[in-house]
Amino acid sequence: MPETAIAEAPAKAATGGNILQVRNLEAWYGESHILHGINFDVNAGEVVTLLGRNGAGKTTTLKSIMGIIGKRSGSVKFNNQDIIRATSDKIARMGIAFCPEERGIFSSLDVRENLLLPPVVRAGGLPLEQIFDLFPNLKERLNSQGTKLSGGEQQMLAIARILRTGASFLMLDEPTEGLAPVIIQQIGHTIARLKKEGFTILLVEQNFRFASTVADRYYVVEHGKIIDGFSNAELAANMDKLHTYLGV
Amino acid sequence: MQALYAQLLVGLINGSFYALLSLGLAVIFGMLNIINFAHGALYMMGAFVAYFLLNLGGINYWWALLLAPIIVGIFGMILERTMLQWLTGLDHLYGLLLTFGIALIVQGVFQNYFGSSGLPYAIPDQLRGGMNLGFMFLPIYRGWVVVFSLIVCLATWFLIEKTRLGAYLRAATENPTLVRAFGINVPRMITLTYGLGVGLAALAGVLSAPINQVRPLMGADLIIVVFAVVVIGGMGSIMGSIITGFALGVIEGLTKYFYPEASNTVVFVLMVLVLLVKPTGLTGRAA
Repeated sequence: MPETAIAEAPAKAATGGNILQVRNLEAWYGESHILHGINFDVNAGEVVTLLGRNGAGKTTTLKSIMGIIGKRSGSVKFNNQDIIRATSDKIARMGIAFCPEERGIFSSLDVRENLLLPPVVRAGGLPLEQIFDLFPNLKERLNSQGTKLSGGEQQMLAIARILRTGASFLMLDEPTEGLAPVIIQQIGHTIARLKKEGFTILLVEQNFRFASTVADRYYVVEHGKIIDGFSNAELAANMDKLHTYLGV
Repeated sequence: MQALYAQLLVGLINGSFYALLSLGLAVIFGMLNIINFAHGALYMMGAFVAYFLLNLGGINYWWALLLAPIIVGIFGMILERTMLQWLTGLDHLYGLLLTFGIALIVQGVFQNYFGSSGLPYAIPDQLRGGMNLGFMFLPIYRGWVVVFSLIVCLATWFLIEKTRLGAYLRAATENPTLVRAFGINVPRMITLTYGLGVGLAALAGVLSAPINQVRPLMGADLIIVVFAVVVIGGMGSIMGSIITGFALGVIEGLTKYFYPEASNTVVFVLMVLVLLVKPTGLTGRAA
């Protein structure tokens, strides 16, 4: 099946118009060709999940959208503006926020400094009270060194700090990796609540059981390409295929 | 006893220059990962700019304290934009060799035009004379250098450790890619940081001009000791550089009194001891 057709295949559980359009996205790490023409869309207000095995190109896709990968080609349109040539600081200021897989908590900064580090790029970010309402643990640990927090708290901090910025499009890279089930559940509640608040979320996950609790649509990434896509309503019917794709 | 106090004062003054210079080096190393061997030459340029401002423009010491760091800082930013930025991600050795080459060129040019002997720079009228403290005679200008350097060092520490801008700098030291992905223009911040570090060196040069005269090699004489200070304090540590700078100046002064033969080597002996016991320096963190 042609890739563009695959990208358009999922039924749109969309609540708004097209906010992100990725076409023929290719990316390289040095001489290594990682993405071989990624195509997909994200609509405003929905949670879209990229599923795939380790090394499939999910994280590279997020990093390419964010402008972190130096060598990339194709087209990435955010709110109809092509951002493929923009630097990551400019992309962030357009309203895209990125929460990396390794969380990126700064050891030389305390929790408060980590939380306040990303500048507010536009109006509409969550006020601190609302962030503490979502993540009460953080309020109690404001003066602790960022890297002294538990893994779950660090993940909460990593998500919390991008909520302040006013970015409406969040990219979360494996937010549940290495976390206890109870924390995963909390992250799931948070994502559901953020969706309700109107955030659009592009999620990278290997844990599709978790993803199924929050996602509207899924794309499967393999060898740097989108090989399939379906909506949450179609998940049960695609379960066998998904097991094959993910090798679970 | 008077001689001891006099040596302590000399030690404090040298310590002021060590602290200002090592602070700039620490800021630059922390942010750019570059061992800036051109720092001594930029310190010398600060003194020369003050000299030119006075003799060619009639601009006095007080304005030179402000203008020389800005002028040399801009020169530093041009160096960073045109040369140093291309070394991002490469081994430290490349930065060291490039800045060493820049230092040799800058010093060579000044030596070509001004020779090796010193040019006089007068102490400003307001800071002439001295005070009798009872136990020693304190030249006012020297007291001013110690106090002013301390204030500048503490202000720089405050800027980096206690402000939002400082948080950006510290975060960018750890993970510049992520800080940029938050919407901060990291390349511009790096250029400004290099300018700040160079400006601190130039400020030390202006402060030094009335004491040590203005010489093309005045920085070359000092820079090796300053590198030892940075290594002892811990590479990239701001407070470590300040405390070690002043402390080593005093230790050097005391050595001049108690065992003058060792005064030129005491800093390096201490460096070896610190490296043996704590290789990351007194306040440095392991990588």
